[in-house]
Amino acid sequence: MKYSYWKSNLVILASLLVIWFVVSFGFGILWSEKLDNFSIGGFKLGFWFSQQGSIYFFVLIIFIYVYLLNKLDKKYFDNSDQSNIEEE
Amino acid sequence: MSLQALTYLFVGISFAIYIGIAIWSRARSTNDFYIAGKGVSPVANGMATAADWMSAASFISMAGLIAFLGKDGSVYLMGWTGGYVLLALLLAPYLRKFGKYTVPDFIGTRYYSKAARLVAIICLIFISFTYVAGQMRGVGIVFSRFLEVDINTGVIIGMLIVFFYAVLGGMKGITYTQVAQYCVLIFAYLVPAIFISLMITNNPIPQLGFGDKIAGSSLYLLDKLDELSIELGFNAYTEYTKSNIDVFFITAALMFGTAGLPHVIVRFFTVPKVSDARKSAGYALVFIALLYTTAPAVAAFAKINFIDSVQKVEYESAPDWFINWENIGLIAWKDKNNDGIINYSSGNALEGVKPKYTNQFGEFGERIVENAPDQSNNNEVYIDNDIMVLANPEIAKLPNWVIALVAAGALAAALSTAAGLLLVISASISHDLMKKILLPNITEKQELFYARCAAAVAIFIAGLFGIYPPGFVAQVVAFAFGLAASTIFPALFLGIFYKRLNKEGAIAGMLTGLIATSSYISYFKFVNPAINNSDYWIFGISPEGFGFLGMILNFVVALIVSTFYSKPPKEIYQMIDEIRKP
Repeated sequence: MKYSYWKSNLVILASLLVIWFVVSFGFGILWSEKLDNFSIGGFKLGFWFSQQGSIYFFVLIIFIYVYLLNKLDKKYFDNSDQSNIEEE
Repeated sequence: MSLQALTYLFVGISFAIYIGIAIWSRARSTNDFYIAGKGVSPVANGMATAADWMSAASFISMAGLIAFLGKDGSVYLMGWTGGYVLLALLLAPYLRKFGKYTVPDFIGTRYYSKAARLVAIICLIFISFTYVAGQMRGVGIVFSRFLEVDINTGVIIGMLIVFFYAVLGGMKGITYTQVAQYCVLIFAYLVPAIFISLMITNNPIPQLGFGDKIAGSSLYLLDKLDELSIELGFNAYTEYTKSNIDVFFITAALMFGTAGLPHVIVRFFTVPKVSDARKSAGYALVFIALLYTTAPAVAAFAKINFIDSVQKVEYESAPDWFINWENIGLIAWKDKNNDGIINYSSGNALEGVKPKYTNQFGEFGERIVENAPDQSNNNEVYIDNDIMVLANPEIAKLPNWVIALVAAGALAAALSTAAGLLLVISASISHDLMKKILLPNITEKQELFYARCAAAVAIFIAGLFGIYPPGFVAQVVAFAFGLAASTIFPALFLGIFYKRLNKEGAIAGMLTGLIATSSYISYFKFVNPAINNSDYWIFGISPEGFGFLGMILNFVVALIVSTFYSKPPKEIYQMIDEIRKP
């Protein structure tokens, strides 16, 4: 039981870190120049990812992680002393 | 009211608030002193983390640096925010579950070794002092410009304030003061940014404004900036000039370094539960992102504004702020062609870059500098990047209260970071060095006393750094992040995610990271700075980005060495199972 909690956690971590890598190192650096061929408003897209977009995605990634892990905690440790003392 | 009176008022009120909070939240136990009794709510901890994290450099220098570097400046934006993803996902919840006081505490316990603890203490102290030196300089600069007192007096006032709430309140006092400081600093950063965004683009949101059209024209701001930059001989503002690999490595070193900075990590020890640690990292990044997404906008506005207001202007009719900052020594003008007109373009204005002022004035009233002009280009203006944020409200002709607010904000940023750093230094000395290694028999009361003494000594040393700033401060910032990435981050990460790693592997890894990174950086920054360029760098990686390579070396060495020695004891396996549960 507790090992499958850890495994699910690792899967979530790995998927979110892929997104983390793609929006910053990918869109912001490695493929940034190619994305610059597209624009949103006055921003070239690659430039936008490197100075704005990546940061918005970082925030999003952490909150998705919080949401998924809270769900996972509930599934595996619902009655333990750690749950829901002052949740939301 | 005059600018100076307003500044005294704003700074005075904010300082009074900080002291009031310190008295209200005094620490009564080591638990209070080190980790605020684990009673800080995730939102408050998020704000405190943000204030702790955003230093004088983030507040004062970053926008100026980006204005100067253009897209190359993105490494700081991505690097100093992306690290929070690593922190939230890979470290914070597990370290909170571990539940002890300091980073060396975790490393010492997980690797069942005093030697590992000692290596961690050395890295921590080095990283933190490097950082603190910059904060105290920031305090000095702000005091000297806005309160017109001597830099040294400014540093001493700053020391006294920090002394008061760090020594008295410990982590508890620092946490709640940092919450107040965050509010002051973010307000002070956003207000001028919104004003300037409205002025230049008619858009009240700076994050959108700098992708908008310039007011009253059909030209996009960033296109105009690209055009102006090229016209003046710079590279296009929205394109990288550094190689992809270097940008990649610098960003990575800053991200992993951020996740490995002890003063940030300990903030997550202060919340009540594991799930709070995750949430709190999210809030911290929201509060940080508010400033970090505004900074590139401020950078773009400042650059346009600066070029507009000085380029091809006669010195005698130059704006007041230009003269003010010249008097403080952050601007210099060398009239290379003796026409009395300011010409700003790419290249260094002066031989030796930094101006050496004399007491004389030239025919147009400018301060004469000893430096010979750099004749390889036509640029006549030396400008210190720091003034972009500090002078921005003046350049944009904003009301005096906004300028006073910026001064209070810059002080809040510098003081909050300094306090956080001083606390981890004192905790690692009183708790890790004294209690866990040298004097295991001291009582809690004695330990608390030692913690306060250590904080006082650390503040004193930090103050000395502020009064006699070592010339290498700017260079050693690469050091702090490089070492955090190549020593502390891997030890923590592997400690949580790889049970089989034993003490031999961990110590070998940390020492490899420490030695490789510090020799590479020292070689190019101090031993042989003349060849500090991409022709000589390993794989084209600059010293700023080497921490990431150091981290990879650390991983490889730790994993290989580990296989030659016996597994960690059973208790360690149990401990890791325990911290992996929420």
